Amino acid sequence: MQLELSEDDQEFRAQMREFFTTEVSEEIRRTVIEGRELTHDQIVEAQRTLNAAGLAVPHWPEEYGGRGWSELRRHLWHEEMQRAGVPTPLAFNASMIGPVIAQFGTEEQKQEYLPKTANLDIWWSQGFSEPDAGSDLASLRTTAVRDGDHWVVNGQKTWTTLGQYGDWIFTLVRTDPEVKKQAGISMLLIDMTSPGLEVRPIELIDGGHEVNEVWFTDVRVPAANLVGELNGGWTIAKFLLGNERVGVAPVGATKRILARAKDLAKDTSDGEGGTLLDDPLVRARIVELENELLALELTALRVVAHSSDGEPHPASSVLKLKGTELQQAVSELMVDLAGPASVASGAGDDSDLPDWARTVTPTYLNLRKASIYGGSNEIQRQIISRTILGL
Amino acid sequence: MDFTYDDEQVALRDAVRGLVGKAYGDYERRRQVVKEDPGFDEKQWSRLAEMGILGLPFSEEDGGVGAGPVEIGIVCQELGRTIAPEPFLASVVLAGGLVAAAGTPEQRAEVLGALAAGDSVLAFAHDEPGRRWGAAAESVTAAQDGGSWTLTGVKEPVLHGARADVLVVSAALPGGGTGAFLVAGDAEGLSRAGYPTYDGGRAARVALDQTPAVPLGAPGLDLSGSIATVLDITRIMAANQSLGAMQTLLGATTDYLKSRKQFGVTLNHFQALTFRAADMYTSLELTHSLVDWATMVISAGTPEEVAAAAARVSLQVSRGGRHVGQEAIQLHGGIAMTAEYHVGMYVAHLTALDHLFGDGDHQVRKLSATVADYDLLDPLDR
Ligand SMILES: Cc1cc2nc3c(=O)[nH]c(=O)nc-3n(C[C@H](O)[C@H](O)[C@H](O)COP(=O)(O)OP(=O)(O)OC[C@H]3O[C@@H](n4cnc5c(N)ncnc54)[C@H](O)[C@@H]3O)c2cc1C
Repeated sequence: MQLELSEDDQEFRAQMREFFTTEVSEEIRRTVIEGRELTHDQIVEAQRTLNAAGLAVPHWPEEYGGRGWSELRRHLWHEEMQRAGVPTPLAFNASMIGPVIAQFGTEEQKQEYLPKTANLDIWWSQGFSEPDAGSDLASLRTTAVRDGDHWVVNGQKTWTTLGQYGDWIFTLVRTDPEVKKQAGISMLLIDMTSPGLEVRPIELIDGGHEVNEVWFTDVRVPAANLVGELNGGWTIAKFLLGNERVGVAPVGATKRILARAKDLAKDTSDGEGGTLLDDPLVRARIVELENELLALELTALRVVAHSSDGEPHPASSVLKLKGTELQQAVSELMVDLAGPASVASGAGDDSDLPDWARTVTPTYLNLRKASIYGGSNEIQRQIISRTILGL
Repeated sequence: MDFTYDDEQVALRDAVRGLVGKAYGDYERRRQVVKEDPGFDEKQWSRLAEMGILGLPFSEEDGGVGAGPVEIGIVCQELGRTIAPEPFLASVVLAGGLVAAAGTPEQRAEVLGALAAGDSVLAFAHDEPGRRWGAAAESVTAAQDGGSWTLTGVKEPVLHGARADVLVVSAALPGGGTGAFLVAGDAEGLSRAGYPTYDGGRAARVALDQTPAVPLGAPGLDLSGSIATVLDITRIMAANQSLGAMQTLLGATTDYLKSRKQFGVTLNHFQALTFRAADMYTSLELTHSLVDWATMVISAGTPEEVAAAAARVSLQVSRGGRHVGQEAIQLHGGIAMTAEYHVGMYVAHLTALDHLFGDGDHQVRKLSATVADYDLLDPLDR
């Protein structure tokens, strides 16, 4: 056992830090650091800056833009990116459909989609969940029926994140209703401008519009857009959701926000002549959170250090579960630090209340999602108790 | 950066696991051993000495093996897995650690040589009634008369203080600061009253009345810095020991959930229970990460960094250990309340380790004092 990064890895880390803090637009990074919402164009710009430097999809196979880095380097890349306030590459593209096409796609699909996916020339949406298929994804009902060279798709997807920006959507559809539910599912890539496809916004509890319903009425999809085997969609979905859990613990970003919380607490009066950071209770809460984050970060490092010899470390299941809890806990701390100012989410630019205090509650409300999507925390506990503990 | 053991470390772990497992793998044996004084098995102590375990941390000149913190952590974890009652932590890591840090070459060779050989048990008499978890001594005072020193006052609780052949006693120095002294077990004016602790350990009240003592290291030197660092290292090693105990608790709990039948099915059919086991696992793995890290900080870090790592790992072990321990009992139900069953005693031992060198709230208080002095914590930036 040894604590230090090797010299090469240290240098790698310094390079990443240098790149992220100097090459990505200051304006975009400030937006992330201050907790404001990124625009569509900012997300695209950031990813293209990364892609131009070979830093958008380092975990893909090398022939499609991957870098062949160790797990540790991927971790350092990811941490430094978050620490610098650089938006991580769009997960739907970089962590979900990209690796799926690289693994299961036809040669034509790889040529057609992978470069555009890496560069965010195509914005992908994820069309898995349905009103009656959430945690129990396999009970999905959207159908695809073969008609000559096409599939005809009917049904409804929901919770489609940023579907309003989506150019294409990767979907799970039922292609055989007669067999056991997992066995009759396929994956289709669907152009979101296809006739019969309609995106309807859903408003969330933070007042924002980040998710949508996607309706399919006789949408015709070329047969060539099937990914992998017919009725083999469940295997692909499991592969994809497995990837989704890698790098899910947003340690770097949460650490940055906690550091900012400390800074803000230093600048916020407690109304009695001191600052919030003088309050022993505030200090204690920060220390406990820092410590839990430290344990999480070290667990992430243990996991990546171990992954070099193939099999995933069992503790990786801890990362999503604890990572989202801490992300939520830090957002909760921010609201509490803002105090009464946290109520003023609707105040305009002429408000005397600080900017940050006005955004913290929507963020806190929005982040309740983190323990629900991508396999809810209950599902994570299921994985730990069944697969790891054998219960 | 590397969190894995090398081949020699794996071999050490397996060897210690074999030895300790043979002695205490059957919990009943531990129960019998701790019933009678001195609360551990002298033969087992000799076996540990023969294996080189008791001299592990000390340099070869001092009669030891010169191993590093990772190796000592491995031993502590293995002792923790079976909650072996031998006083490795109290005698070797803590008392021996202070002699190694502050003793003269002659003192080190003599005291540590005998300890490593298994011929002597050491105890560090430091805690004083009414005071908690500091590096300074207050109520036990040292007096000097020419070249000779005496100590007066009460130390309690002193781990293995009644059995110890030699006591290392901290005391307030006449010129200010805290010194440490070697006191023979049969010294004049020394009275010791030993008693069992709730986890089967042993502690003692040690009263000194103008008891002759030999200064550890140069006479009159303030050793509070060394004492603080040795206490920090002991905290980290106690965390290793706790981790071992937590691993046993989780294993026992999952085995039990798979075998215990109620309502016609085994308990693992109830998701409410399996999820709680999953949360225990989460606590355990997070603790494991901090324990490995803090252990590595001992050799890589400055005393300040070691102190911070000790506080952080102690905080995690306190929170995580209580969580795993309390849930282990709850998920077992009534059986865990019985003294014949091992789970309750493991929880008792975790509780003792939590309170010997500073509990979670104490660490939070300590860490809170400096929380405004840095922005974010980075375990890789050192
Ligand atoms: C903001 C947001 C964005 C999303 N984005 C997308 C997206 O882009 N694309 C997409 O396809 N999906 C998306 N999702 C959907 C997400 O994956 C689902 O919400 C999630 O899988 C949970 O399903 P559900 O909401 O139907 O809850 P349910 O499955 O109905 O679960 C309700 C509650 O029961 C618990 N539960 C369910 N089953 C079990 C069980 N067996 N044991 C114990 N507890 C259980 C759950 O953990 C949860 O607490 C998004 C969701 C949100 C909130």
